Amino acid sequence: MKQLSQRLFGPLTLIAMGATLALGLWVVPPDQVQGELGRLVYIHPSVAWVALYVSFGTSAIASALYLWKRTRSEVMDRVAYCAMEVSVVFIALTLITGSIWGRPAWGVWWVWDARLTSSAILGVLALGYLALRRANDDVQLRARRSAVFAVLVAINVPIIHFSVQWWKTLHQGATVFTSNRTLLIHGSQAWTLLISFIAFTMLFFWLLRYRYRLEVQRENLAGASLEEALASRRREGTQ
Amino acid sequence: MIRTALLVFKKDLRIEMRSRVLLWQVLPFGVMALLLCGIALGPSHAGNSSAGPGLFYLVTLLVALLMINRSQSVEKTPGTKASVATLGLDPAGVFLGKSLALATELWVTGIILLGGSVVILHTSLHGAILALPSVVVTLAALAVAGTLYGALTSGGDGAATLLPVLALPAFAPLLIAGERSFSAALNHGGIWRWWLILSVALSVYTAIGILLYGVLEES
Repeated sequence: MKQLSQRLFGPLTLIAMGATLALGLWVVPPDQVQGELGRLVYIHPSVAWVALYVSFGTSAIASALYLWKRTRSEVMDRVAYCAMEVSVVFIALTLITGSIWGRPAWGVWWVWDARLTSSAILGVLALGYLALRRANDDVQLRARRSAVFAVLVAINVPIIHFSVQWWKTLHQGATVFTSNRTLLIHGSQAWTLLISFIAFTMLFFWLLRYRYRLEVQRENLAGASLEEALASRRREGTQ
Repeated sequence: MIRTALLVFKKDLRIEMRSRVLLWQVLPFGVMALLLCGIALGPSHAGNSSAGPGLFYLVTLLVALLMINRSQSVEKTPGTKASVATLGLDPAGVFLGKSLALATELWVTGIILLGGSVVILHTSLHGAILALPSVVVTLAALAVAGTLYGALTSGGDGAATLLPVLALPAFAPLLIAGERSFSAALNHGGIWRWWLILSVALSVYTAIGILLYGVLEES
């Protein structure tokens, strides 16, 4: 049953992604104000949702669980690392899709807006996390330091979330819900947006699963190489 | 915890007073960086630029990086780690002591650089005095966060280059809030909103440091 659900997860993700593309590009009518450019709303917010909340949330929760002695395990460390690595891809996609929208809408690819700047800072912090992992050879030390850093990085997520309210710069405020939880998007637009959120969240977990398997295989290979090198040295000693 | 903090605080300051690294290396670097900022702006802009608060914090940030590295390197001398482990010092106390020592060094440096920005960048003296409460809190937050980031990067491959990569993006919100409050003081605006944000950042970093510094020092 578990294997079947694992096998189905990939195709289901592809179907959800395909549905998002089909609905977003062809079925939903163009936006009244922004025209065809408005179709980016079915990609950019969902990618940003995964980049800021899902991936950083996964990494921060796994790191916090690693730091708590009762739940400390290599699995938590690997999940935190792999989620952070996938998040780098999603942050890059968030900034790229935002720039593609910003050029025709604002007239520039980049602007010193609070949301954009804080998102870019988060991207650099995620790269810093990867650099920190490469700087330590001791597995335990690396895991502890990375976990603390991931928790520190997570402080920035609420800053990014509320940046549009605190600074009121160029980036628009809440698009889907108002602060009173009133839905701002309706009909086919709302459904397509919901499907895109689900699709990109599924894509994240699909990528995370494969990245995790790759990491386990890499660790096994490193362990096997060490065993092989030790055996080779022993053989040299007996000859 | 307080006793350990005071012990470490005194130890770090005593090392600094004996070695005089702050006086002979860090401060001249800071003043030179301020001069370079003035040169980069050009003679016609350096005197009447609104960039003074930002440049002051930029230079302070660069100086802080040197001091964080210095603060961590004194712990790396042979036997120090083993002594701390043998004495069973409370890691939270060690963290607080190191942060307080670093904050004291940063306050001294900050006041001198503030004077430098008044002289070199022609920042208003009255505005600089009004900005002092926010400068004190910003530098304290930088010290607390810096102690954490210093411990994160110490001892690894390329620790000196890794520290700016990790710490600078994390310090950016502090830099923004510090610069905004300084500018508000210069323009007779309200600095207390920024002071409050900086105080919250200081409290959050202190709480995280007290909780997690021990994990970083585990062997």
